[in-house]
Amino acid sequence: MNRIEKAFRNGTAFIPFITAGDPNLDVTEQLVVRMAASGADLIELGVPFSDPVAEGPVIQQANERALAAGVTTDGVFEMVKRVRKQTDIPLVFLTYVNPVYTYGTERFMRNCADSGVDGLIVPDLPYEEKDELLPFAKKHGIKLIALVAPTSQERIRMIAKEAEGFVYCVSSMGVTGVRSQIKTNLSAMIASVKAANDLPCAIGFGIASPEQAHEMGEIADGVIVGSAIVKIIEQYGEACVGPVGDYVAEMKQAAL
Amino acid sequence: MSKGRFGAFGGQYIPETLMNAVNELEAAYEHYKNDPQFVAELDALLKDYAGRPSLLYYAEKMTRELGGAKIYLKREDLNHTGSHKINNVLGQVLLAKKMGKKRVIAETGAGQHGVATATAAALMGMECEIFMGKEDTDRQALNVFRMELLGAKVHAVTSGTMTLKDAVNETLREWTARVEDTHYVLGSVMGPHPFPMIVRDFQKVIGEEVRQQMLEKEGKLPDVLIACVGGGSNAMGLFYDFIGDRDVRLIGCEAAGHGVDTDKNAATIANGTLGVFHGMKSYFCQDEYGQIAPVYSISAGLDYPGIGPEHAQLHDTGRAEYVSITDAEAVSAFEYLSRTEGIIPAIESSHAVAYARRLAPAMKKDQIIVVNLSGRGDKDVAAIARYRGVELYE
Repeated sequence: MNRIEKAFRNGTAFIPFITAGDPNLDVTEQLVVRMAASGADLIELGVPFSDPVAEGPVIQQANERALAAGVTTDGVFEMVKRVRKQTDIPLVFLTYVNPVYTYGTERFMRNCADSGVDGLIVPDLPYEEKDELLPFAKKHGIKLIALVAPTSQERIRMIAKEAEGFVYCVSSMGVTGVRSQIKTNLSAMIASVKAANDLPCAIGFGIASPEQAHEMGEIADGVIVGSAIVKIIEQYGEACVGPVGDYVAEMKQAAL
Repeated sequence: MSKGRFGAFGGQYIPETLMNAVNELEAAYEHYKNDPQFVAELDALLKDYAGRPSLLYYAEKMTRELGGAKIYLKREDLNHTGSHKINNVLGQVLLAKKMGKKRVIAETGAGQHGVATATAAALMGMECEIFMGKEDTDRQALNVFRMELLGAKVHAVTSGTMTLKDAVNETLREWTARVEDTHYVLGSVMGPHPFPMIVRDFQKVIGEEVRQQMLEKEGKLPDVLIACVGGGSNAMGLFYDFIGDRDVRLIGCEAAGHGVDTDKNAATIANGTLGVFHGMKSYFCQDEYGQIAPVYSISAGLDYPGIGPEHAQLHDTGRAEYVSITDAEAVSAFEYLSRTEGIIPAIESSHAVAYARRLAPAMKKDQIIVVNLSGRGDKDVAAIARYRGVELYE
């Protein structure tokens, strides 16, 4: 069984995102272990990319910090291997098509499987282009996570029908980043997904406060939080592990 | 295989949030390109507003000095706003208006595409916001003011390398934030389908005019077509009508910056590898992990780490050749054409002029080269002065 299924068995899943290698890979390793112990149900790890077009300034800068520190895709795989000796938490990578394609899609997926990565989220790979990666992902048992957006409308059915693992429901227009308000009709979006395929739905983009996590937890199977955590990492640097752990514990309780 | 492919190249690698927008754009374009009223309106704009057809000028002095092939200059620099960019922009902004969009956004490198977009937006009563790398707003300060004069809001992009690639990133981000009433006027034959096709179709008028003008003047087709290539829109516009004419050589000139063997260049075909970026599969300057390389050229308009997918295909099939021109050669050609013909070319176009200087002497006197003078060089005068050590600021 793929570990991703287990993520949605403890009430509303809390899914934190961090950029691997920000501020360095040793701290990322500690963060993953601490977040798992603090109640995270699945962890998204950003594989740094020079031009993350779906990200707002906070995560853009995390990518820049990681790359400036010399983090490479190989380094991230090695870090995941070390993490896997300490925790069995479901792990998915978030990255863009180019770092996968240029690394060699077959090799990338094989390394995911070998190091213990369960899935892959690729924001610049829409449904129409999924065959670029999907055959390789399937071969190695890596779940390619589909995204649906506020503009998807009648596309939701087509996307959801072939989705696997869970469906990433993008809460808002635009890029990642903290928002004071989420206006999309997410209940309708999730109902459309569920009508096509009985998969867990996790909402991401813009969620930062426990109140938002609670509100989203009422309608979704999982709540994804990225920029708010990356901000804590930016603020505390190498001393971020404790504060991030506390935040994750609070958010998991709020999401339940 | 997905839509919008040129062989293995092209495609639509963009966030889900934008998929409905590109699908709507494709459907609208397929409808309006065959709509007689749209075609008539665009033709009228190109003729009465942009000044088409642009001249095909026989550069007699240059031809005599170089002592080989006859050189003609396709004077896209004489278009309204001073470059070929207006051809595409009038088409796209008119299309956006027909689609009911209220607002246009665009990236710009040197500022030529930004100025053209701001111009068309002013003419057609659309809101306009332009994204330009901070490096380029510094290099091309006059164009920033020009765009503002035309009513556009200019955003200086401070992410990444602060040049054209980052301006594209930021415009894509802005489009995902507000796609409903906004059209992204992409400036080159790049990005996700249908942009490479739409931009090519709006630019192919360049080559179509060259064919007709050449037949009138010389009674035969040219032997060589030369154009500079960043994303590749002026080159595609010149080449496209001649792709089937196998005897016509097509040559694209990339920016070699300080040299293709240095770490300061933007020569994608010379140094790039296959990748997926800015919505398309094509060649990109990048490292082994797929991190897009910081590229460099004296020319802000060629300072881009990729090339349009149809060019990638023309390269792979061998139909077109791609050569590299250094900053030094381009600056020398800039000065040469100014002195020799009394025409100040854009530093981008100077890359094409430079290759013509190299090629013409080795050709026969009855052979013909057409150089696409894609833009005028007024915007570059201060930068060239600084390159020559003169402290001149706009």
